Amino acid sequence: MISPALALFLLFLIVPIVLAFALAFTNARLISPRPPEFIGLDNFALLLTDPVFWASVRNTFYFAVVVVPVQAGLALVLAVLVNAKVRGTQFFRTIYFLPVVTSMVVVSLLWRFMYQPDGLINRFLEAVTFGGFTGIDWLNDPTWAMPAIMLMSVWQGVGFTMIIWLSGLQTIPAELYEASELDGAGTWHQFRYVTWPGLLQTRTFILVTITIAAFSLFTQINVMTQGGPLDSTTTVVYQAVRSGYQQLQTGYASAISLAFFAMVLAVSLIQRYLSRERG
Amino acid sequence: MTTMSTLSTTPAATTRAPGGKTNGTRRRSVLVTVLRSVLVVFFAFPILFMLVSSLKPDLQIFADLGSWRAFLPVGDVSLDNYIGVFDRVPFGQFILNSIVISGVTVALGILVNSMAAFALARLRWRGRGVVLSLILATLIVPFETLALPLLWWVNKLPSLEADGFSLAFKQGWLDTYQVQIIPFVANAFSVYLFYQYFDSIPRELDEAARMDGAGWFAIYRKVVMPLSGPAIATVAILTFLPAWNSYLWPLMVVQSEELRPVMIGLQYFFQMNISWGQVMAYSSLITIPVVALFLAFQRSFINSIASSGVKG
Repeated sequence: MISPALALFLLFLIVPIVLAFALAFTNARLISPRPPEFIGLDNFALLLTDPVFWASVRNTFYFAVVVVPVQAGLALVLAVLVNAKVRGTQFFRTIYFLPVVTSMVVVSLLWRFMYQPDGLINRFLEAVTFGGFTGIDWLNDPTWAMPAIMLMSVWQGVGFTMIIWLSGLQTIPAELYEASELDGAGTWHQFRYVTWPGLLQTRTFILVTITIAAFSLFTQINVMTQGGPLDSTTTVVYQAVRSGYQQLQTGYASAISLAFFAMVLAVSLIQRYLSRERG
Repeated sequence: MTTMSTLSTTPAATTRAPGGKTNGTRRRSVLVTVLRSVLVVFFAFPILFMLVSSLKPDLQIFADLGSWRAFLPVGDVSLDNYIGVFDRVPFGQFILNSIVISGVTVALGILVNSMAAFALARLRWRGRGVVLSLILATLIVPFETLALPLLWWVNKLPSLEADGFSLAFKQGWLDTYQVQIIPFVANAFSVYLFYQYFDSIPRELDEAARMDGAGWFAIYRKVVMPLSGPAIATVAILTFLPAWNSYLWPLMVVQSEELRPVMIGLQYFFQMNISWGQVMAYSSLITIPVVALFLAFQRSFINSIASSGVKG
């Protein structure tokens, strides 16, 4: 009964993992009559001296360093708000969750429209500053393109994180809150000494998953900026797709994929280690 | 704790002193409501803007941007943009492709992964512990790591092609339905979800069925699966959403228009088109069905997402 699944795992998971390691040391091309040749560390040497690759690593980290805490923090605020005993909880939760069921391609095009120089965002900012604000061409400005994509990504992803915080919040026994209330703890103290420690497991999970998702940034870039302007929004996965698909260089793309995997692995190991220490 | 624990909508976090609200809690609840409402505006306005813009010609969209009219279906409102979408691209074909691809991925995914989980949870065989931990270990590998080597690999795989009444092998899976489906059928997380759920079903039921002469497959089909509704719903939702929204993979493996799923179709439509109203109409057309599904099965959606948080 397990054999269909095992066969599929072998073909589409294990083989590609092995191939990622093997092809990274070859000059394999996506479409080529000749079999791949072993070229040692050439791909990695090329990678280390490629300024666009380093730009993509910087951008990817920049994106993650901002998006991970902002998304996790805002999601926690939403979860606490939705969890509070006030009317209309379900309505609010539904609205916060709507962007999650909207596809990232749709979201990217929608925000690309709103970020136009004569688009909704600029017109809104002009209106609230009574004309004091002069429009920014958000996605064509090397300074603003990445922050614009970050804001949009948080908007789309925060509802997902909220649900996970919420399920964590609801595992904290109500008696702990009652006890702390009897001890006269205020809202902040309750949060600091009951809620926060109770969320240790959830916290680790959320940090690891959002970080990996942030590292995997691709769709927004491909739809909104194609890595520009001046490589200010190119990312590691975007570079891998560019070399492995558009330029047909499977070998080089495999080397980028391995670098990407090393980043993912390192971050999840570090985060697991840190949250274990503090616990 | 099982993965399928339901998220109660009645919160446990704050408790109120019996005998009416104090000033403090009232102030707090006003604050909560205000904050919640501000956030509703932040989350809802882009979606509202998309829906409203899909009903207006471009000139009117841009004329309305500076005022509240941008969010109101007023003025020259019509379904012309929607008609335009169907006129300019084979939208019906795109949506049919996405329905077939995500539908088949979900159906096969439920079957294959639940069978694997059944073997891991219920049958006794050497090495099942190792197999289970290997499957779980692969959860750390994001698809983006494998996409490019996988692309090279599927281009080498043989595929059976029907040419009239004769079948022939051709090299490469590129530009087919199967390349958009088969690699995503077996899913480690789905196996894990089923495994957890099956583990919580009492084994005495198996014993009783075996007394009645049922084989393992009959137990799987007639005893375990009928009791696993919530797990099936969770796996269905967690498979459907990425399949429907899939973008990176079909971008690389699909060339022909007749195999294109909706997201690739949208990108293509956007590139050939400068009418934002029509792009918003296309976007609304592919968003509304998913939002409707979400609203209809909200509890299952929320529980599926919540259960994905248990793997940490």
